[in-house]
Amino acid sequence: MLNPALRDPAALPRLALTLLAVLLLWPGLSLSELNLAVLVDSDNAANMGRFLADFWPLAHDPQFLRLLGRATLETLAIATAGMALALLIAIPGALLASRALSLSAAHRSGRPAWWAQALRWPVRGVLIVLRSVPEIVWALLFVRAVGLGPTAGVLAIAITYSGMLGKVYAEIFESVDPRPSRALLIAGSPRLAAFAYGVLPNAAAEMLSYTVYRWECAIRASVIMGFVGAGGLGQQIDLSLRMFAGGEVASMLLTFLVLVLLADQLSCLLRTRLL
Amino acid sequence: MSLNLTGVGLTHANGQVALREIDLRVQPGERIAIIGPSGAGKTSLLRLLATSLQPSAGQLELFGQQPWQLGAQQRQQLRGRVGLIHQAPPLPPRQRVVTAVLAGKLGQWSLARSLLSLLHPVDIQGASSALGRLDLADKLFERCDQLSGGQLQRVGIARVLYQAPELILADEPVSAMDPLLAGHTLSVLNQEASARKITLLASLHAVELALAHFPRIIGVREGRIVFDLPPEAISPAELEALYANEQLQSLEAVAPAPPVCVQIPRC
Repeated sequence: MLNPALRDPAALPRLALTLLAVLLLWPGLSLSELNLAVLVDSDNAANMGRFLADFWPLAHDPQFLRLLGRATLETLAIATAGMALALLIAIPGALLASRALSLSAAHRSGRPAWWAQALRWPVRGVLIVLRSVPEIVWALLFVRAVGLGPTAGVLAIAITYSGMLGKVYAEIFESVDPRPSRALLIAGSPRLAAFAYGVLPNAAAEMLSYTVYRWECAIRASVIMGFVGAGGLGQQIDLSLRMFAGGEVASMLLTFLVLVLLADQLSCLLRTRLL
Repeated sequence: MSLNLTGVGLTHANGQVALREIDLRVQPGERIAIIGPSGAGKTSLLRLLATSLQPSAGQLELFGQQPWQLGAQQRQQLRGRVGLIHQAPPLPPRQRVVTAVLAGKLGQWSLARSLLSLLHPVDIQGASSALGRLDLADKLFERCDQLSGGQLQRVGIARVLYQAPELILADEPVSAMDPLLAGHTLSVLNQEASARKITLLASLHAVELALAHFPRIIGVREGRIVFDLPPEAISPAELEALYANEQLQSLEAVAPAPPVCVQIPRC
C-alpha cells in the first residue's frame, strides 16, 4: 500500500472526482427539498398503505370497463392524431434543417457554404422554439383557448413533438453514410430525389424506430395532459384518484402497461418485417 | 469540344496539392485511359471533371460550358450529362439492385416519377437490359448488401449505362474483378462509347488493360500529366519512369476512410 511503485496512479483523480460530484450534487438535493423521512413517517405510511390496499381487486364492472375502453381509445387517438400533425411539420423542417441535402457540400467534401449554413439556422431556431416549451404547458394554454377536451392534447403534442422529431430526423439524415446521396447529386439528381434514393434507405429503420418510440411517449404525454383536462385516460385517472378509487386506478395503470408493451411489439414487428 | 482544361490545379482543403497545371483537350467520341501510380491524382482528376471537386486554379470547360460559372440549377443539368463510375459504388446496402440502377436517370426524371419508382420500379425492362449487358440480369431484385465487390462495381456501371450520359468517367471501374471479367466489362464500356459516339475516360490500375482497350493513354504522376500518347507510341522506359518507386508511394497514398459512426441523442 505504501510502496509507491504499486500505488494506482488513477486513485487520486478518481477520489477527487467523486468528492467534486458530491459537492456539486449536495446543493441540488437541498434546493429540491428532498426529504426521504416523510416516506417512513407513520401517518403518511398508513395513508399510503390504505390507498395501495385498495388497488386489489381491480375494478372490472362492465360500466367501468366501457368507460375505460372509451378513454383508452381517446388516448390512442390523441397520441396518433398529434403525431400525424407533428410529422407534417417535422419532415419538411428536418429536410430544410439538415446538412445532408446540401448541394454546395457535395463538391466541398461535406462542408456546406457559409451562406447555406446560415439559411439553415432559422429553421433550426423554429424547431428549437417548438420543442422548448413542454407539452403540458401548451396543453394548459390550449385548454384555456379551445376548452376542455382532446383537441387541446392533440395540438400540444403536435407542436412539441414536431420540434423533437424534426431535430432528431435532421440528425439521422446527417449521420448516415453521405456518399450515396452525394454521388446522386453529382450525377445531376434533384435534392429530394437524392434524398429518397440515397439517404432514406439507410435512415428508414432508425427513423421508424424513433417515430414509434415517440408515439409511445405521446401516449404517456396524452395521459399526463389528461390531468389538466385534455381528455383520455389521464382525465379518468385524475377523477379516480380524487375519489380514492384504488381499484380503478390499478386497472388503468395496467391498461397503460399493455399500451406501452403493444407499442414496443409494434416497433419490433415493423423493423423486422418491413425493412 | 467535350472537355477543355487549361492550367487546372487542385489543392485539397488540408493544403495537399493533388493536381497542378493540367492542360487537356478531349474531342467528343474519344476513348482515353488514365494510368499512373497510386496517389498520382487519377481519382482527383476524374472527380474534377465530374464537377465533384472545384478546381482551385485554371479553367475547366465541359461541353463548351464553364460549370463553375453557372447557377446551381444549370450546373445540375450539366451534371446530368456526365456519368461517373465510382471505384466502390456508393450504394445503400438495403437498396435493391433495380432501384440502384434506375437511380441513374434521377437527373432526367421528374420528381413525381422518381418517387413513384420507389413504390414500383417504373422501368424494370431498362434496368434489366443494362444489367444484362454486364451479365447481372439475374440479380435484378437482390439487395445490394448481398452482392460481392465485383458485382457491386458492375451495378455501378449498369447505373451509368442506364443514365446514358454524353461523357462517361470511370474511376478504376474493374479493380475488384477477375482479369477475364475486367476485359469483358471494359469492352462493354468501349462498345457503349463507340456505338453512341460519346466520350469515355477511365482510370486504370492495370496497364496492359489500358494499352489493349484504349486508343489514347494519359500518364499521370504527382498531379501532372507526364505523357499523352497512343498506346503503340509508349516506350517501356516511359512506363517504368511513370511507376518508379510505386511501392513506396502507395503505402502513404492509401488511407482508409474513417468508419461512419455517430451517436444520436434521444430524449
